[in-house]
Parts: sequence; C-alpha cells; structure tokens
Amino acid sequence: MKTIKEKHSLAMRWCHWVNFPILTIMIWSGMLIYWGNDTYTFSLFGHTFFRFFPDWFYSALKIPAHLAEGMAFHFLFMWFFTLNGVLYVLYTIISGEWRELVPKRNSFKEAWLVLLHDLHIRKMAPPQKKYNAAQRIAYTAIIIMGIGSVVTGLAIYKPVQFYYLTWLCGGYHFARIIHFILTLGYVFFFVIHIVQVILAGWKNFSSVISGFEVVNEPAKPAIQHTNDEQAS
Amino acid sequence: MSKQAKKPKKELTIEQKINRRNFISFASFTVLAGGAYGGWRWLYKSPEEVAGGITGGTRKPLRKALNKTELFFRRVFSDNHLVKTYPKELAVKGARVNSDIGLEAKKKFDPATWKLQVVKKGGEVLQVSLQEIMALPKTEIVYDFKCVEGWDEIQHWAGVKFIDFIKHFKLDEYIKMEYLGMETPDKAYYVGLDMPSAIHPQTLLAYEMSGKPLQLQHGAPLRLIIPVKYGIKNLKRIGTITFSNTRPRDYWAEEGYDYYSGL
Repeated sequence: MKTIKEKHSLAMRWCHWVNFPILTIMIWSGMLIYWGNDTYTFSLFGHTFFRFFPDWFYSALKIPAHLAEGMAFHFLFMWFFTLNGVLYVLYTIISGEWRELVPKRNSFKEAWLVLLHDLHIRKMAPPQKKYNAAQRIAYTAIIIMGIGSVVTGLAIYKPVQFYYLTWLCGGYHFARIIHFILTLGYVFFFVIHIVQVILAGWKNFSSVISGFEVVNEPAKPAIQHTNDEQAS
Repeated sequence: MSKQAKKPKKELTIEQKINRRNFISFASFTVLAGGAYGGWRWLYKSPEEVAGGITGGTRKPLRKALNKTELFFRRVFSDNHLVKTYPKELAVKGARVNSDIGLEAKKKFDPATWKLQVVKKGGEVLQVSLQEIMALPKTEIVYDFKCVEGWDEIQHWAGVKFIDFIKHFKLDEYIKMEYLGMETPDKAYYVGLDMPSAIHPQTLLAYEMSGKPLQLQHGAPLRLIIPVKYGIKNLKRIGTITFSNTRPRDYWAEEGYDYYSGL
C-alpha cells in the first residue's frame, strides 16, 4: 500500500530554493568584482597550472569591465543571502532538524563507505535515516561555508569598521582568498550535488518541492487498528 | 460512527492526497519561480539613473539599495575604529599610480603659486599656502591603501590631520555640516565625503610620501589621504574645499560606484 512519508519541511524547501538563485547572482556579481584585480592562480612548485580566469572564460560570461555593476548587485543580494541563511540556521536549530543534519561521531567513517558505495566499489551502503553520513557532512559543511562567506565578505567589505573580523580572517589578503576559495567550493558542491540528484532520480528530486515521498508499505491488517481503539 | 455520518464528503484516498499535494506544491513552485524570474528581469532591465545627477551610471533600484546600505553601515562607523597601521619598513618605496584624472590640465600647473581654497559662507574664500599647512603639526601614517579594484598597498604618508587643519583655521562651524567636497584646480576630478569620515582622526591633507616631498603624479602639492575610504576618494592635487548639507558631486559616484565607498 502506498503511504505518504514526510521528508522535507516547508522551511527547508523555501530556504533551499531561495538560496539557489541568490547564490547564483552572488557568484556572478562576485566575478564581476574579482575581474578588477584578478591575481589568483593555481600554482605548484613554481609552475602555474591555471589562471583565474582565462580570457575565453571572461569573454564567454561577459565579465570584463563591469566592476561597478558587480558591486551594486553584490551589495544588494548580500542582504538576502545572509537573511535566508540566518532563517535556515535558526529554523534548523529550533525545530530540532539539526539532529538529522549534523554529522555524528561515526559519520566520518561511514561517509567513506557511502563514497565507496556510490562509486560502485562496495555493494552495501550503511543504514541511514533522512541523510546518509556523506550528506550530513556535505550539508553541514555548506552551511559553515555560507557563514564563512558572510564573515570573510564583511572582513573585505568593511576592513576598518569590522577590523576584528579582518583580523579573525587572517588579514585583508587572506580574507579575500578564503572568500574566493569558498566560492570555488560552492561550484564544486553544485556539480556533485547535481550529479547525485540526477542519480537519485525523480522521486527524490520531487520531494524537495513537495516535501514528501511516496513509499510502498505492506498493508497492515485493518483489524489490528480496531483492536487498538477498543483497548484505549 | 455518528461522526462519520455528519461528514458529507468522503475521505480522500491516498492516491488523491498524493495528487493533491503534488499539484499544490508544484503549482506554487512554478508560480514562485516565475515570479522570481520576472523580478530579476525587472531589476536587470530597470532604467539607469538620469544623467546629470549627483550619482549616475547604475540602475535606479540598485542605487537606492546602495544608499540604504550606506545608512546601515554609517551606524557602525566610529572614530574609535582605526585603520591598521604598520612599521615604516613594510611600506612600498614608490606607491602605485593608478589614475591621473584631474592632473592633466592643459595649461601647466605651477605648484609654487598654488594655494588651497576653502570656500566659506557667503562665497568668502580662505586661501592657504603650503607653507602655512606645513607649519602645522605633522602626522605620519603607514597603512594599507585599498583600491576599489581590489588591490592594496602599504604606503607611507605624512601631512596635517584634517581635523587639526579645521581647528587651526577656526572652521569648526563648517564641520557641523553633513558633507565636504573637494575638487582639483582644473575641476576634472572631484569627490564628496560624509563629514564623519572627513574628520576621522586618520584623515590627512598629505604633502609627503615615503618620507619625501609629494611628487606631481601623486598629487603634489597637497592631496587627501582618507584611510576609511577606497582610493577613489583620496583626491590628488586639492584645489578647493567646500562644505554643504547635500552631497557634493563625486566623480566615481557618477560612474556607477557607491557614493559612500567607506571601509
């Protein structure tokens, strides 16, 4: 028999789907700003493997010479990004849903088994509740990354008024580097997330919009139900 | 049993419940997504500010947001929040020259005959020579100069604190006004500053860089060093200073940048 199994709360779905376009706008406007002083490279042992960003990338996304525009968008949508994040964290704490989300003591060990399973190296995945160990780690990390982006962002944005944040982030340069790396992290997260969502299939995806999943459970004998009522 | 009899409608089957919830959630999702996309198109296509205003070059709603954000961050501004300073050894020898707008006057600029013009009430102009300014107590600062483009550089400047200048020339009543404007002698570059930032204890009228007299490309004979702002506000070669209760014109605010541009 089919039954409705509640999966994602309305608050979680709201914050997830609001965050998606906002983060996209933040990353895009952030690139418009970064272009103004694009000094980061990926280098090892003196050899530069990659420059952030190559010219073809800039021109494909029409990034050059939009610094003022980037700042104007970035400093508007930062409010929504922060507000949405604060709402989500507060909700998760107050509702108790953090219990499903925060890694447990064995999560780090288990996440390895999940990875082996997902890569088809191991047949069995460890038993899980709402999220498996790897998801717990990833979804908690992404929240910490979000907090990191807000803190490092403020440290670059107002390094005099929030000098203690700049100090906390290891100075102006280091704060800017962390801010940049966190953004690369979001893009990396996004790629893995999309692959996993596609592999998990429609039922899983649809639950992030509808909030529930349909599960097939063996029908319970109706008589038992009646007995319970009489007993109480 | 009697309860059930009162209910005119049959209880929904599980299949109906699923369909119903799916319909509601997917329809809401589509409507909200459409609304969000429409909102984005509206913002992205929204008209730019009218040319000729104090600010320009950006979309009207974004300018409104910048101004609102300025009001928020002005609340945390404090004279006690000082820019971090460094030992002199860490400063660069020659600071980066990023712009010469306002320094490219057609007729040759002569620093020897230059005088700072402070426009007072009723159009009266206070003229101050470099010698008079250099006679005031000298303040040095070694700090991380930050450009709106994203680069920064530890630089060494010296001059008179702007607030010392104000006190010495008895201009106290003028700093009760909300804004201060500065322009180059050729009027090609100009900035507007909120008064709290202008009278911040680290704001200097500088005449020395790296321990030597200021060079022309760095703004000789006198330039503004205002560490609580991005470089775009650090006007070189000050010609005139004005005071007002409305925003004075600002070169980069006309080009789409935040008027406040505070750090």
